[in-house]
Amino acid sequence: MADPLLSVRDLRTFFYTENGVARSVDGVSFDISAGETVGLVGESGCGKSVTALSLMRLIRPPGRIEPGSQIKFDGLDIAALDEKSMREIRGARLAMVFQEPMTALNPVFTVGDQIAEVVRVHHAGSKKEAWDRAVKMLETVGIPSPAQRANEYPHQLSGGMRQRVVIAMALIMNPALVIADEPTTALDVTIQAQILELLRDLQQKFGTSILLITHDLGVVAETASRVIVMYGGEIVEEAPVSDLFARAHHPYTEGLLNAMPQVGHERERLETIPGSVPPPTKWPQGCRFHDRCPYAWDRCATEHPPLYQIGGGHVSRCHLAVEPERRAQKHEPMVVA
Amino acid sequence: MADTTTASRSFVRRLLRQPGARWSVIAIALLVVVAVFGPSVLRHIQGYGPNDQLQIVQLKNAPPSWAHPFGTDRLGRDLLSRVVTGAQISLAISVVAVALSITVGTAYGLVSGYAGGWVDAVMMRILDGFLAIPRVLLLIALATMADRMPLWKLVLLIGGTGWFGVSRLIRAETIVLRRSTFIESAHALGASMTRTMWRHVLPNVLTPVIVFATLSVGNVILLESGLSYLGAGTKIPTASWGAIFNDGMGSAGDVWWVLLFPGLAILITVLAFNVLGDALRDVLDPRHLHASHTPQIAEAATSATPEKNG
Amino acid sequence: MRRRLAARLGQSIVVTFIVATISFFAIRAAPGDPFSYSAKPLSQSLREQLRRESGYDRPMAEQYLRYLRKIARGDLGYSFNKGEYVTTALAQALPRTLLLAGIALVLSFVIGIALGVTQATRAGWFDRMTSTVILIFYSVPDFWGAMIMLTIFASWWRLFPPGDIVTPVMHDYMPAWKAFADRVWHLILPVASLTLLSLAGIARYQRAAMLDVLPSDFIRTARAKGVSERGLVWRHAFRNALTPMVTILGLTLPAFLGGLVFIERVFTWPGIGSLAAEAIEGRDYDLVTGTVIVGAILVVFGNLLADLLHAAIDPRVRE
Repeated sequence: MADPLLSVRDLRTFFYTENGVARSVDGVSFDISAGETVGLVGESGCGKSVTALSLMRLIRPPGRIEPGSQIKFDGLDIAALDEKSMREIRGARLAMVFQEPMTALNPVFTVGDQIAEVVRVHHAGSKKEAWDRAVKMLETVGIPSPAQRANEYPHQLSGGMRQRVVIAMALIMNPALVIADEPTTALDVTIQAQILELLRDLQQKFGTSILLITHDLGVVAETASRVIVMYGGEIVEEAPVSDLFARAHHPYTEGLLNAMPQVGHERERLETIPGSVPPPTKWPQGCRFHDRCPYAWDRCATEHPPLYQIGGGHVSRCHLAVEPERRAQKHEPMVVA
Repeated sequence: MADTTTASRSFVRRLLRQPGARWSVIAIALLVVVAVFGPSVLRHIQGYGPNDQLQIVQLKNAPPSWAHPFGTDRLGRDLLSRVVTGAQISLAISVVAVALSITVGTAYGLVSGYAGGWVDAVMMRILDGFLAIPRVLLLIALATMADRMPLWKLVLLIGGTGWFGVSRLIRAETIVLRRSTFIESAHALGASMTRTMWRHVLPNVLTPVIVFATLSVGNVILLESGLSYLGAGTKIPTASWGAIFNDGMGSAGDVWWVLLFPGLAILITVLAFNVLGDALRDVLDPRHLHASHTPQIAEAATSATPEKNG
Repeated sequence: MRRRLAARLGQSIVVTFIVATISFFAIRAAPGDPFSYSAKPLSQSLREQLRRESGYDRPMAEQYLRYLRKIARGDLGYSFNKGEYVTTALAQALPRTLLLAGIALVLSFVIGIALGVTQATRAGWFDRMTSTVILIFYSVPDFWGAMIMLTIFASWWRLFPPGDIVTPVMHDYMPAWKAFADRVWHLILPVASLTLLSLAGIARYQRAAMLDVLPSDFIRTARAKGVSERGLVWRHAFRNALTPMVTILGLTLPAFLGGLVFIERVFTWPGIGSLAAEAIEGRDYDLVTGTVIVGAILVVFGNLLADLLHAAIDPRVRE
């Protein structure tokens, strides 16, 4: 097998605040291969956005990527790369799509200008060439009358269209990896579907790898081939997508799946996971999920579980992997009792 | 009840953590003490007052000495005594004038915002007219037309020209609240218009008004001294800081003490109020204004910020 | 854009009219009339006669209408003390004020903006130190600051002239280039004083505007695109921070003109401000009214310009 495009080992990103050290990303390791779509799932506060920003090296003080973290992108270790070289990579080989299309674009420049800027900043074309490419890109992302639209300002476009523009900006230099941080959360459901379809098409067309970050498992089911679940600043489960939905192992993943409304499964009430996400300044001892877990026992409160192999590319950070019989002893989680 | 005390305690703590806030609070406290007790204490120690012309020839325009730490002016009056009295006068003028500005501005803004329609439009146009006139020009025009004036008239004049920005802010808030649902529900519950305005609008505008008041005090002191310098301010023997200047103006370069001490007093006082006002603004969080309110309110808040000389 | 211009023009005229009205009533409301105290000694009967001729004994409403009609004709009255028409006096003084104010305004904005941006992007000791210095300048009384400048640079070190617009008498005999240099020499100190005192406020606003814009989402997007720090600050952040500054320009204009009055007084610069002060000393009603109106007109049309600039800079307001 060829070397993975992206190889993250032991990524730690801490924020040094007056309330203490927030260990937002606390030892995350994963790979992404060329052409793959990987989903990164978790609630807010689990560290998925910080992971994305760390990959892009967009972490500003008081946060920093801790020494010892390794991010190998296309053979280059970008965790410790100098800023100038990193700038050459950003936008050209590694790009990001952000969550809020309404505020992601500069209000005083035309959309065409902003897309063309990516080309010009990377010295990949003259002003005219960059503009032409921008217009073509607008067409590729499905915006009608692209030449006209390119001269318009962000406030003249709808949310869905703005997100397409943001995607155009990310893809115009044909990056090897695109990180999409909740690209559809701020959009209407119908637009959501369109944007996801666009991403799928573009991936097929350009062969880009996508790291899709979301809290919505439904989105992941449609688009990703592999899923990573994060909780408490760590990866708690990783599996091929069908495996995750059919045979979720970690109780947190189970909880997420149970909380999803599913067509065809009528239920009186949606099950929520009791308790709330702990603050990154104070991760619980032992397993970070143990106080909200319906299966936890004394081992879970003291012994921090490693990522156990479940088989077939499926890993889970849960002691149930070695004591599966405990799954029968379901009870009220600690936070409730 | 416990919540409000802890909230106010943390507010005070946050305030004091702002750069310079501590010294400005101390400076202002000192100023108030000097203003309130200074003149009488000094009179007791020295045996004469700020307007007493010491009839000894050598004591006219005398530079600073032990007997007269700030020197004397051309009429033989002790400058220290005059500057200390000036503190009393300037502070009194500012506080009353600012209180007046806030009251008038709030009333105007409330009426305009609540009435809406053509009443509001007309009132706003008139306000635009007032805002267009440079305050200094208007003040000196009005002030000197009446020759030197008694203190209360000066206060009225200054206070009466400083309310424009506040009224815009109050009006913006009133409009937002008038449209918001909780006013509707207050009305539905039978609350009268005045009661609604009092209980709902005012607490929301308290923050920028407090900031405005603090910054305005410094501004009024600057205005009053400027007016007195131009000869349009306080009556002849009154020892306001600007008037002390005006008296010493004739023989500029050599009597540096007559020009330095009142000027320094003004500078330090205004600086203290500006620092405090800035600190208050940062702590009371104007970001909250930008984020959760309409751009009109944010803009009105900016125009409510007293501009030096404005 | 043209419709906007027309609308704002109309607004400006309305506001000017309101200003004229305010001036009329405000000044009439002050005790006394132009003939109670005047510089030249007048007999009682002469006062009565002048009063009657100028209509000061008529009811207020009638005086107001006369006043409006005169203004509409461009007649701002007659200055008894100067012995000339108000419009003449104003026409002479206005260009001098515009010269001083114009240069100082541009300079204070350029320097103030540069300072504000640098402060916002170079947080730390530089920012703190500059903020303190700026705050001190902001708290200095204008006339005092000007007097200090005058004392230091024109009295202790005779680098600059102690006021006025040209060297009296001598100027008329100077060759053209020397006359020009003479004018410049007289300009420097008042411009420097006015600029120094005004740029403090501007720097504060610009710094705040930049600090407001820098954490925006679109800045993060631009950074993710690979834009350099300089590009982020000047191309992206600054362009957006400029918008509130244009609004500030309009708002600070009246205060700026206020400060101008003090500067003109200290440096005996024969502009509108000096004219106003003279007029007040001489109880010259018409001249005072005239200067107030002209001051306000400057503000109103300054605001108009600022508004047009706003539309030019920010595409969101162009509809």
